[in-house]
Amino acid sequence: MHHFKTLAASTAIVLCASGALAQDSITVAIQLEPPNLDPTGGAAQAIDSVLYANVFEGLTRFDADGAIIRGLAQSWDISDDGLVYTFNLAAGVTFHDGTTMDAEDVKFSLDRARAEDSTNAQKGLFAGITDVTVIDPLTVQVTLDQPNGNFLFNMAWGDAVIVAPESIENIASNPIGTGPFTFTDWVQGDRLELTRNPDYWGPAPALESATFRFISDPTAAFAAVMAEDVDAFVGFPAPENLPQFEADPRFQVLVGNTEGETILSTNNKMPPFDDVRVRKALAHAIDRQAIIDGAMFGYGTPIGTHFAPHNPDYVDLLANSQYDPELARSLLAEAGFADGFTTTLKLPPPSYARRGGEIIASQLRAVGIETEITNLEWAQWIEEVFTNKDFGLSIVSHTEPMDIGIYANPDYYFQYDNPEFQELMETLNATTDPAMRSNLLAQAQAIISEDYVNGYLFELAVATVAKAGLQGLWVNQPTAAVDLTGVSWSN
Amino acid sequence: MIRYVLGRLTSLIISLIVASIVIFAVIEVIPGDPAAFMLGINARPDTIAALRAEMGLDQSVVARYFDWVTGLLRGDFGQSWTYKTPVAELIADRIWVSLPLAIYALALSTIIAFPAGIYAASRRGGAGDVTIMGATQLGVAIPNFWFAMILVLIFAINLRWFSAGGFPGWDNPLQAIKALTLPAIALALPQAAILARVMRSSLLDMLGEDFIRTARAKGLSARQALWKHAVRNALIPVLTIIGLQFSFLLAGGIIIEQVFFLPGLGRLIFQSISARDLIVVESVVMLLVFTVIMVNFLVDLAYAAVDPRLRTKS
Repeated sequence: MHHFKTLAASTAIVLCASGALAQDSITVAIQLEPPNLDPTGGAAQAIDSVLYANVFEGLTRFDADGAIIRGLAQSWDISDDGLVYTFNLAAGVTFHDGTTMDAEDVKFSLDRARAEDSTNAQKGLFAGITDVTVIDPLTVQVTLDQPNGNFLFNMAWGDAVIVAPESIENIASNPIGTGPFTFTDWVQGDRLELTRNPDYWGPAPALESATFRFISDPTAAFAAVMAEDVDAFVGFPAPENLPQFEADPRFQVLVGNTEGETILSTNNKMPPFDDVRVRKALAHAIDRQAIIDGAMFGYGTPIGTHFAPHNPDYVDLLANSQYDPELARSLLAEAGFADGFTTTLKLPPPSYARRGGEIIASQLRAVGIETEITNLEWAQWIEEVFTNKDFGLSIVSHTEPMDIGIYANPDYYFQYDNPEFQELMETLNATTDPAMRSNLLAQAQAIISEDYVNGYLFELAVATVAKAGLQGLWVNQPTAAVDLTGVSWSN
Repeated sequence: MIRYVLGRLTSLIISLIVASIVIFAVIEVIPGDPAAFMLGINARPDTIAALRAEMGLDQSVVARYFDWVTGLLRGDFGQSWTYKTPVAELIADRIWVSLPLAIYALALSTIIAFPAGIYAASRRGGAGDVTIMGATQLGVAIPNFWFAMILVLIFAINLRWFSAGGFPGWDNPLQAIKALTLPAIALALPQAAILARVMRSSLLDMLGEDFIRTARAKGLSARQALWKHAVRNALIPVLTIIGLQFSFLLAGGIIIEQVFFLPGLGRLIFQSISARDLIVVESVVMLLVFTVIMVNFLVDLAYAAVDPRLRTKS
């Protein structure tokens, strides 16, 4: 009997122990595998999805709602003229290889990103920096050539994380950051593993380890979640399966917003789209809700300008682009296209574009515009549409946060050239007062909405499917990230 | 014999040179700039130029071709642009998924096809024959990716006997074999169907030959004649098909590797093409071509060994 008790007790301990083990690790799936692990050397969002806030940290960072909060900089002072930022760094921060993180590393990181031979995909974030000076090991001063209301926001991007000269050489395969998780292993093509950093300077995360898996095929994604091979799938690729997960008590479905303005990109320099009446006709020919329902299974928010609806500065300008095919036809007739015309519609791979493209093509056909659809891979899209501007229409989601500034660049692929708007953006960049910025942003949204630069379709939604007991995952994606610092299992 | 071997060797070298030029040229003309793809749509032109220089893309096509070929001759497959690791390492990791999967699938298809084909041939026109031939019709017609999904639905989602995909590595061989089981079945069944049909028709041809009649006349039963004489002779065309199937299975697992998210060679090629990691695509394809050409060369030598006429001629 005694033996039996011991056995029962030890079995209970083993069961508890294995239960406890299972409760502090997580397997997260995302769709795309990072091509390499250097967030400062490529545009692939998957790099940030895995590493942002987990392995690498910047001076500032985005929180789950997109607000800019402290990162490695614990506080900062901005000079009265808005040109000099003095950052006070957190003390006692070490990189995962044991070296100390100090002001020299900040200087190294920023100078490297803005250097002539820099391969930083968002080099523009650092464009205004004229000097980075180390004051003391925990104080660093950044000088700008003109005031920049976006500077703290820019420093929160994954491309602006702090790296060390000691470990930069192999960063692409062995990322060394300051974050709460250290990189342990990457089986290319299959999975990537992170382990809790015992020397983390901030609050310790609840998870002991995390495994990322990369599953691009929507059917395989569904199978992996249903078979409980993964605990969470961030950015679940098949919206048609979400109701099934919602009905299953084993899972929870989180639907949040992203910074992705999905637009019918229009070549403003190519006739007939150089005529604002034709672009206005496009806007009225599109039934946004039908596209959201048909292509995205209802997930997404209609937009009337290039701005995220969840941003406090958003202005609802949908009224400018009400679905009105009659009006669209009369506008086309007025512009001399009573019999319509034919143009190209070049679609990149994501389903919002491929599925949305078919629906838009039929909506445009209803007002007399015929489209020749071409499906392109991303690399081809970047070459043909983005670089060579060889397109009439395209559909793409612009996922960078706060990217209305692209409308001020006349060489940007949709080639919108409006000096009034360009001047407004310059004023905005030099303005740091929040109320004035809101006002300028409202004006900017109105100008591009009334100029019908592109067909503004909808704000892309993001769906996360997770096991019911998992808490603390980001619902929204203010930047590409699977921030595991606040994730835990409920008991 | 020496002249024959030298001749074969010359043609081997010419084939390899031509193949390397064709592969390089075809892959280089795929539209899409690798550097622009990597840096995305916010990149500045000077950043793209800097990356192109880093990747060596600012050199002429001819210079890059010779760099690549001389590297290959030294056994250096180059450095992946996106992964930033040597291509040889990438291939070495992936081959340990693709090669075992191909062997596993081939073994399964042979184990299924031989008995089925022999049984059908021995019961020609009977109920067994009709049933097996019907089943093989179905097997040939079903696309293997669809069959793979059905397997996942039944065995991973409903019964929970297997994972839906992924590969745990060879540290635990049992787990590794288990992870390859559903993909191997999905790959094997259509192949087995083809193989069973070839086995059956080849056997039926043999059963009509004079030497089978002679064997029967010597007093062997139909079954003895079948096993002792017909099967062995029928194997020759079947082995040819198996050889062809193996190279198909090795290179053709791309879709199955996607469905089961396995880190194999097929998935590597797939990812590298969409990422325009041209150096990886070029080197992997060249390796596959090299394998096929080498196998053909060895087969040619083997022919010469068994057939003296080839040695003396010319």
